[in-house]
Amino acid sequence: MTNELIHARIEQQRPGVVVRSESAYDNMLTVETTREHIYNFLKFLRDDEQLQFNFLTTLCAVHYPDDQGRELATVYHLHNWRQNFRIRVKVFLPVDDPHIPTVTSLWPAANWMERETYDFYGVLFDGHPNLTRILNVEDMEVFPLRKEFKLEDGTRTDKDDRFFGRDGHEGREFE
Amino acid sequence: MQVQSYFSQLDSLDGELATLNLGPTHPATHGIFQNVLKMNGERIVSAEPTIGYIHRAFEKLAEHRPYNQITPITDRLNYCSSPINNMGWHMTVEKLAKIEVPKRAQYMRVIIMELARIADHLICNAVIGVDTGALTGFTYMFQERERIYEMYEEVCGTRLTTNVGRIGGMERDFSPAFHQKLKTFLKSFPPKFEEFNNLLERNRIFMDRTIGAGPIGAERAMAYGFTGPNLRAAGIDYDVRVMQPYSSYEDFEFIIPVGTQGDTYDRFMVRQEEIRQSLRIINQAYANLPEGEYHADVPDYYLPPKDDVYTKMEALIYHFKIVMGEVPIPKGEVYHCVEGGNGELGFYLISDGGRQPYRLHFRRPCFIYYQAYPEMVKGSMLSDAILTMSSMNVIAGELDA
Repeated sequence: MTNELIHARIEQQRPGVVVRSESAYDNMLTVETTREHIYNFLKFLRDDEQLQFNFLTTLCAVHYPDDQGRELATVYHLHNWRQNFRIRVKVFLPVDDPHIPTVTSLWPAANWMERETYDFYGVLFDGHPNLTRILNVEDMEVFPLRKEFKLEDGTRTDKDDRFFGRDGHEGREFE
Repeated sequence: MQVQSYFSQLDSLDGELATLNLGPTHPATHGIFQNVLKMNGERIVSAEPTIGYIHRAFEKLAEHRPYNQITPITDRLNYCSSPINNMGWHMTVEKLAKIEVPKRAQYMRVIIMELARIADHLICNAVIGVDTGALTGFTYMFQERERIYEMYEEVCGTRLTTNVGRIGGMERDFSPAFHQKLKTFLKSFPPKFEEFNNLLERNRIFMDRTIGAGPIGAERAMAYGFTGPNLRAAGIDYDVRVMQPYSSYEDFEFIIPVGTQGDTYDRFMVRQEEIRQSLRIINQAYANLPEGEYHADVPDYYLPPKDDVYTKMEALIYHFKIVMGEVPIPKGEVYHCVEGGNGELGFYLISDGGRQPYRLHFRRPCFIYYQAYPEMVKGSMLSDAILTMSSMNVIAGELDA
């Protein structure tokens, strides 16, 4: 199995569902789809007789505050155990409308993973049986892993990165 | 399923059911997590786990630390086998920075990681013994774990939160004392371990308590995201060390034990056999330990020797840059996983080229499989539920991150 073969199979069986596809830095096939398609697409990846991505390895979100309308990325890692192959599926959501269907009916393992993702980033998994906070306290009002929340007191000046010639995350290019 | 409908019927009967708080601090949970149990006499009707009591926001912390300073965070995930977490993290960064680690360092890592696996499984299995009423084996196995901790001390100076190894290899070569201790351990441990094994493996009381306690089938285990010994006890031979060999695991010969019932006894037996296989791997790695450097030649990432820092300009510059977190990190995203004590421990790292990760997600095996617990204990006795929990080896640090 190769990334090209999987990509071809997806395009043949589910044309137009994948909006972007690339081989990521670690050579894992990374495809992007939309929330309209995600449930059926994951179901297809799981049940297709050639692809057989039977195992949901992990599910998490990433926050890109500067990407207008695509601030929250939900990332699924699937694993085909028979042929030992992995795929990464991403869905980008706007931060003011972070709805996405749940996949708990495909994998019960997604239950707590989705609760954790909600707890950290506020992604709303529609149809989830119990979408409540899991690691943080129930009455917390913010989604703490979003980038706008600084780890330490924002008024502190003794750890200002600019004193070291740096400006947060605007890192240098790799030489 | 019949049991379930019987109990939901009972649910409607007035005054028959009691609510029992198991935890958050209860000696039998071996960690801080709560289960609100609905009990019918001694049988469990339903369980509602609450977790997060020692949540420390590791994923947030990791976004604010240079790469080398994230290693101590990984210590505190599964603290029964910290070295595996440390090495898993180092390998993730090495994958990102495309660092090739010398063979000797890889073998050294394998030895340390397998020692960690033995220590991890020893605690779990000894505690299963304790929960069935056999304390003696536990006291003997803790002495053996102590030998392993002494070896950790020789390699990295610490015992529990090891912070062992560095990005690019090991921090130092094995000391003469380590060689001595490892040789002694490899000789003295197996007979003592078999003694422990003989106390429990065919023990009538132990078997009666554990066989059929908290079973889960292969299909269900897979759907629930099980990995590691708990999955193998259910009959699926998935092991990251074989599926995606890292750190030269492909050089060693070992078998993956599997169970058939997925119950407490099978989980116990799988871990017992894995300890023997880990010993086999250590013996092979130690006998064939290659000559050469114990770290890669990557001055950008690997701290120079302290003597050089005081006397050589180059070394001083590199030392300063690494300590200040100024190392060249490429942009990109990687997923790397290792076979932790409890299963597939994954690191999903997104780098934007900055000195800290843009995003680091830990795939913690405990967190994922513990959600199957209510289903596994439904309809069973309270005492079986306690056993089931200890045999799942839920480690609060890894559970809550």
